[in-house]
Amino acid sequence: MPEYETHEFDVVVVGAGGAGLRAAVEASAAGARTALVCKSLLGKAHTVMAEGGIAAALGNVYPEDNWRVHFRDTMRGGKLINNWRMAQIHAQEAPERVLELEEWGALFDRTADGRILQRDFGGHRYARLAHVGDRTGLEMIRTLQQHAVHRGIDVFMECTVTRLLKDGDRIAGAFGYWRESGKFVIFRAPAVVLATGGIGKAYKITSNSWEYTGDGHALALWAGADLMDMEFVQFHPTGMVWPLSVRGILVTEGVRGDGGVLLNNAGERFMFRYIPEMFAAETADTVEEADRWYTDKKNARRTPDLLPRDEVARAINTETKEGRGSPHGGVLLDIASRRDAEYIKRRLPSMYVQFLELADVDITKEPMEVGPTCHYMMGGVRVDAETQASTVPGLFAAGEVGAGLHGANRLGGNSLSDLLVFGRRAGLGAADHAASLPSRPVVDQEAVEECAREALRPFEGGTENPYAIQNDLQETMHNLVGIIRTEDELKRALEELVVLRDRATRVGVEGHRQYNPGWHLALDLRSMLAVSECIARAAFERRESRGGHTREDYPQADPEQAKFNVVVRQRGDEVTLAAEPRPPLPDDLHQLLEAK
Amino acid sequence: MTTSVTLRVWRGDAHGGALSDYEVAAEEGEVLLDVVHRLQATQAGDLAVRWNCKAGKCGSCSAEINGLPRLMCMTRMNVFEPGQPIIVTPLRTFPVIRDLVTDVSFNYEAAKQVPAFKPRPREADGTHRMRQEDVDRVQEFHKCIECFLCQTVCHVIRDHPENKPAFAGPRLFVRYAALEMHPLDTNDRRQLLQDRMGLGMCNITKCCTEVCPEGIHITDNAIIPLKERVVDLRYDPLWRMFRRVFGRKTAVPPEP
Repeated sequence: MPEYETHEFDVVVVGAGGAGLRAAVEASAAGARTALVCKSLLGKAHTVMAEGGIAAALGNVYPEDNWRVHFRDTMRGGKLINNWRMAQIHAQEAPERVLELEEWGALFDRTADGRILQRDFGGHRYARLAHVGDRTGLEMIRTLQQHAVHRGIDVFMECTVTRLLKDGDRIAGAFGYWRESGKFVIFRAPAVVLATGGIGKAYKITSNSWEYTGDGHALALWAGADLMDMEFVQFHPTGMVWPLSVRGILVTEGVRGDGGVLLNNAGERFMFRYIPEMFAAETADTVEEADRWYTDKKNARRTPDLLPRDEVARAINTETKEGRGSPHGGVLLDIASRRDAEYIKRRLPSMYVQFLELADVDITKEPMEVGPTCHYMMGGVRVDAETQASTVPGLFAAGEVGAGLHGANRLGGNSLSDLLVFGRRAGLGAADHAASLPSRPVVDQEAVEECAREALRPFEGGTENPYAIQNDLQETMHNLVGIIRTEDELKRALEELVVLRDRATRVGVEGHRQYNPGWHLALDLRSMLAVSECIARAAFERRESRGGHTREDYPQADPEQAKFNVVVRQRGDEVTLAAEPRPPLPDDLHQLLEAK
Repeated sequence: MTTSVTLRVWRGDAHGGALSDYEVAAEEGEVLLDVVHRLQATQAGDLAVRWNCKAGKCGSCSAEINGLPRLMCMTRMNVFEPGQPIIVTPLRTFPVIRDLVTDVSFNYEAAKQVPAFKPRPREADGTHRMRQEDVDRVQEFHKCIECFLCQTVCHVIRDHPENKPAFAGPRLFVRYAALEMHPLDTNDRRQLLQDRMGLGMCNITKCCTEVCPEGIHITDNAIIPLKERVVDLRYDPLWRMFRRVFGRKTAVPPEP
């Protein structure tokens, strides 16, 4: 039998974005021998793309803000289907996590009295997002990266995990390959933290990078862990739409937070026509009140341009469908006529450059064209709120790959805070788990050999091009499991997925194992296909519209269906679904939701 | 509007390689990375290339394009002369792994040697107070996306691998500057910069500044002020008196 490069650790963190880095830092600080494994170079993970800021009720701009209001906003934004305990922990701990980043060297924009400045964002009652212009994610990942490097954490860059290894029902490690050499590597560890981010690359128009292939979701599923809320996929309302080359690239919600408004081709601020009942009491119904709100939060209600993302994305979808869209099939986002050029360049420097260089649009002089883009996965590994432990002993998940905090729809800014709060808790949970074990799990050699055989299959003369399969998958998911869904289309999607999965068994790649993107994609396809099936099946199961899941055939939210989460699990080769009741909300927290 | 372009791409590995020509379709408004991806999807499935965000934010897709270090995702196709081949080669300063992918571990090793950020204590109310003006100049350095274009163009190491062990390079000087000018930091890295990071080897030709996709004024705002600080260290009158009293010892290295 061949000898594989093998490493022993207490905790292996898969993914080096915000959640993975924060988890690794915490696990290492807790004394665990920690490895950080990532598909790209360190510091390139998708967190780097986050723009607007980190939501945390610091109360620096509005002293009225506190964790209770943040909790309320998060639950209502998630259409009340969130894991309430996660929403509570998140709102309570986010401020300390932000201050901790500052202690590690992050430099946020400042208030006049020298504290951390906070900006307005959709669904947040008060200006709440700690930020650095419109490149907050870069600041966060660099700060965490440098902190992790100084801690001496072992980093395995450009190394992809393809399978989790188990000893009986518990985690024993992970199997992967080095992208550079194509050689296999085995991590023996009693605890693995998944921090692999999202699934956007299963969709045609997305803000996500190539890494977002749902690896962690699939690894967890195959290892027997429960996935939850997989029907909830967030389409960010404002992605670039033109030129085609940049279609889907994110335009930060900060544009609207800083005064930008959405217009249709008649110049109408159409969002006033899309204020849902749930948010009517707290949303301005005249242009005058909406404009006044930017400076007077006490006496004016929030502009409907900053309704939660699911509402805005659906509204834009309707406007373009009914013929009121912009020339290239989006709507207009105008800040040029509302704020002066100097302000725009200072607040939104990277948006300014992005549009100028990629679309020949000067956002200080003309409106942007924007439309929905697949942005975020609310669903993921079902975890314990306190420790981020999954249903498989030794397996943890944090950040986008975890489920629960955001319910049916995530508020902007709640992702970066999620990464920090639950990254830390996952690192701690994993380190505690590793330390508590009386004996270390044993890796089964036959399982390792099967992992190796599986990974090498694309070299065995298959004829299907992995790029073509991915392209067809993206079409299927975009057209049939997109923003608006129907039973018929979901059925068709599931049929097409069967065909795609069959084609994927015959995938073949040219060349050899050294840095071969075709091979890498062929392996990532397994995850994308598995996750896509989970999404389509969960979407089929939820016969109502809620947050990031809109059913044309069931357009209303159904209070009865707020009582359960859709849980997906795999036993043997079979994937099954179950509607499992949500834990009831304690009375004191319930009262916060009712608060005006 | 679809046109056809000739991509002349370096294919090979550490043992050698050569330029290969490919005819690839290009659509209106595309960037070079789109066309490289099309090449990969249709003709060369195993073409090795790094990329992540495709929006100029992650600094992964660095290459030398017609000899100039640039990000492929921020290079619009309409900047090229029609009919001329577009030459795409890997970063020259770093060892080739395969095709357009190079071994940039030099930069990660250098980052490990940077003495950590060490903040002063928080204020009594638990906050750190800083003025925006003081934060501004460091935020310029924090814009760095680590594309390493400044490193590849720097002539101190571009054709002189022998200098690498004694030279951190522009990217790292920006990092040192960010720490040295951080309003909260209390560590002192000047002696290290002078003695081991090769700050003196930079003769401020500004090549790095010219290629920075983030527009960071690397030479003027980072390197020159660092050089001045190092000079201050050496000619500080108190330091001279200290040395006269205690003898000519090297300074205490900063805490890791």
